[in-house]
Amino acid sequence: MTAAITPELIQQHQLTPSEYAKIVAILGREPSYTELGIFSVMWSEHCSYKSSRLHLKKLPTRGKLVVQGPGENAGIIDIGHGYVIAFKIESHNHPSFIEPFQGAATGVGGILRDIFTMGARPVAVLDSLRFGRLDDPETGPRNRRILSGVVSGIAHYGNCFGVPTIGGETIFEPCYDGNPLVNVFALGVCKKEDVFYAKAAGVGNPVIYVGARTGRDGIHGASMASAEFTEESKQKRPNVQVGDPFMEKLLLEACLEAMHTGAIVGIQDMGAAGLTCSTCEMGSRGEVGLEIELDQVPQRESGMTPYEIMLSESQERMLLVADKGREAEVFAVFRKWGLEAAEIGIVTGDGKLRVRQHGEIVAEIPNRELADEAPLYDRPAAALPGVPQQPAPWTHTPDIQQDLPRLLAAPDICSKRWIWEQYDRQVRTNTIAGSEAADAAIIRIKETGASVAMTLDGNGRYCRLSPRAGAMLAVAEACRNLSTVGARPVAATNCLNFGNPERPEIMAQLVEAIEGMAEACRFFDTPITGGNVSLYNETLGEGIYPTPVLGIVGLLPTAAPVTIPFKNARRAIFLLGGPGLCDEPRFGATQYAKELLRQLWGLPPELSLETEQRVQFSVRKIIADGLAESAHDLSDGGLAVALARCCFGPAEIGAQVDLSSDLRPEILLFHEAPSRILISTSHPAEVAAIAEKYEIDAPQIGVTMEKGLEIRQRTITLGAWDIASLKSAYDGAFHV
Amino acid sequence: MKFGVIVFPGSNCDHDAFYAVAHNLSQPAEFIWHDSTSLNNVDAVILPGGFAHGDYLRCGAIAKFSPVMKAVREFAAAGGPVLGICNGFQILVEAGLLPGALIRNRGLKFICRDVHLQAATRHSIFTSAVEPGQVLRIPIAHGEGCYYADDRTLDQLQAEDRIAFRYLDNPNGSLRDIAGVLNQQRNVMGLMPHPERASDPLMGSCDGLSIFQSMVQHSLLPA
Repeated sequence: MTAAITPELIQQHQLTPSEYAKIVAILGREPSYTELGIFSVMWSEHCSYKSSRLHLKKLPTRGKLVVQGPGENAGIIDIGHGYVIAFKIESHNHPSFIEPFQGAATGVGGILRDIFTMGARPVAVLDSLRFGRLDDPETGPRNRRILSGVVSGIAHYGNCFGVPTIGGETIFEPCYDGNPLVNVFALGVCKKEDVFYAKAAGVGNPVIYVGARTGRDGIHGASMASAEFTEESKQKRPNVQVGDPFMEKLLLEACLEAMHTGAIVGIQDMGAAGLTCSTCEMGSRGEVGLEIELDQVPQRESGMTPYEIMLSESQERMLLVADKGREAEVFAVFRKWGLEAAEIGIVTGDGKLRVRQHGEIVAEIPNRELADEAPLYDRPAAALPGVPQQPAPWTHTPDIQQDLPRLLAAPDICSKRWIWEQYDRQVRTNTIAGSEAADAAIIRIKETGASVAMTLDGNGRYCRLSPRAGAMLAVAEACRNLSTVGARPVAATNCLNFGNPERPEIMAQLVEAIEGMAEACRFFDTPITGGNVSLYNETLGEGIYPTPVLGIVGLLPTAAPVTIPFKNARRAIFLLGGPGLCDEPRFGATQYAKELLRQLWGLPPELSLETEQRVQFSVRKIIADGLAESAHDLSDGGLAVALARCCFGPAEIGAQVDLSSDLRPEILLFHEAPSRILISTSHPAEVAAIAEKYEIDAPQIGVTMEKGLEIRQRTITLGAWDIASLKSAYDGAFHV
Repeated sequence: MKFGVIVFPGSNCDHDAFYAVAHNLSQPAEFIWHDSTSLNNVDAVILPGGFAHGDYLRCGAIAKFSPVMKAVREFAAAGGPVLGICNGFQILVEAGLLPGALIRNRGLKFICRDVHLQAATRHSIFTSAVEPGQVLRIPIAHGEGCYYADDRTLDQLQAEDRIAFRYLDNPNGSLRDIAGVLNQQRNVMGLMPHPERASDPLMGSCDGLSIFQSMVQHSLLPA
């Protein structure tokens, strides 16, 4: 309290001199030490989006089905029949590097609270994970340790909480060596009238704290997530919080039950910046003040200072405002669930966050300025980092027969069963497709008879070559994944993982990616309803590839999924979108270039939004008419990998395929042009008619067979395999 | 047959068990909170899966002290059917209603996958509707599901025909491939796999339904 505010102290709080001047102007005086801490976390990059806010405004956020866009704890979409879904993606990259198990676990905990604070019960989790290569002789062992820790952390939290983890992606690149990405998506369901908002209202209403006690853990977590890693970062381990999924489960049940009493006015979880963020944001949204007494805050240890209490990021805590006079109903629910709840303050009319300890004021800050008027930076963007336009001479001689099993065993492509078998995938008995069974995860909504599909997509390699095109490709692929299971894409959430925005070439990547994403999301009518920006993903000056990750949700009218594997022999195989075009510069970001040529060059695959849209319309129509027995889109590894995946069903139905194309065989089979989907059908004429109606190229490229996969190009055999050998390459590659 | 589904703090398959019997089998069902001292005259009790009290100690070690467990004990002693699924099995073992223990999976990891089971006895109210030789495909989802008991207990279980289900593809190292066991009176069963997750064609298997059906059929027999 009495500590003098020195320039060093300001710098330690990662505030610039001009930011400090703004604080003094807002307060009309020097801040106290506690106030300095409060400003520093609220104005950190993590909480304030000060480098990205200007550009995030370019994203489309409105749509017919959008009930709640960005600015709340999660976005909300109307799914009909009186029900809504709440969903969002968040990163927990920095904590997961420092302490993989707890970092990932609390990442799951944080996003789950974001969902149920809106009144929605979480029903699905997806994860997008990126690590350094496991086979690197030098960094491999550490990367394995990080991956193991992250996966067990996710399993520990999600399994105990009781939410199925049903999909995602796991990618390996050296650029994630010192900077793994852990992005967690969660989705919940509730009745439309049961949605709650994080808004305080009603002067005189009590402010109630519930959940775990406040300890000294996680102080300044938000600021840590807003800085690069250096050699000293390991000393930040106390900044990582510790998760208790059982406490979270109790909080979930108690909060939903308390909400049903009708006595709750507004509610917000305490995530990043803890008590500080929840109080000032709820106050700001409701245009009211909040006055709290720290002596009433349940504390894990004695002697905590106001600074520590306000900045603690102890997990599993919620803040709510109740109707005055009805507190008892709320307390009764929390008592039933064995949770500690305390009235810590009241709503006031003066718009200020007033914090007292032992009755004395220790901080007094206007909510709106603190929560919503953080500095905004238009950081300079320069030219993008350079990339080679042409490959070095290939050191690998293409050999289709060998190349396909090698690609199926590549880290990004092979089965991640080792990972997802550690996740409970069926709890709540809604999972009708997940974890490699279909191109998107699908849950049924028991209450309405319909289903919701969801997927996560990002491609750092594409974005490294062109952040704009890469972001557009990610949106297109996510939408295609949904269309391929028969779902109509309706809304999106994004997680923007980038390096240090103070470097102009990184800022350029961020701006380009956001603009590309905005254009594609607008085109596909999938507004962004929320998300997260994670900057400063750098270790010792080495930034990650720009990695925007898209989470897109789609709606299915029924609960009948279309899955990847061929179901029966003697079915026609169609390649919606055709074999596609690719020249050598567009081949440089493929998995083939990565795994077999060990290079990255040129440009990402070429995307035409119009073509993509028509292909997606076609596949949805084909599925809606019940014509597709199987469907799988082409992505990493291209056509040959996709064909092989279609053969990996329980019956191991194979295929004989003959392609009519002038491309070189290795480019024909492994290029990654988008807008292509494989389906098998016993109604070829109807499928061809639909393709014609939507004016897409959709050759019948072959038929399914009792066994074996054979691929020909204009009658010349390029490769022939027995399914078991391909499947064992795919299934057996991943070890940790 | 009226089912009572016990809800401990941390139970998370309670709704699934409820849905399986109430929706898929159209039986009356209700939830019973763990501090209840009565079972509301239900005809059968299900202890569902989950992480009762967080399972930070041994699984089920705290749950056995919940007030409702006294009522469950009395209900079982009076011959009432009690089915413990996954965490429910762990609780029944901790409570002494079933022999043996459930320890960490052989691979030390949580496993969620479909396994194949066979009823090892037809002489129980939980297996009577299972066809002889029928292979059931039912998911497991547990970190501590390796069934363990001393040889004498295992021999006794076998001699008394109290091994209810065996794994055909033992996923967790359970001794003698045991997936489910019965008490001496044959009215209490613990089962690690989740039949409630295989009770609906949309979930990919209806094989779990025969276990609940056995219970319902038995209740319709003349006493």
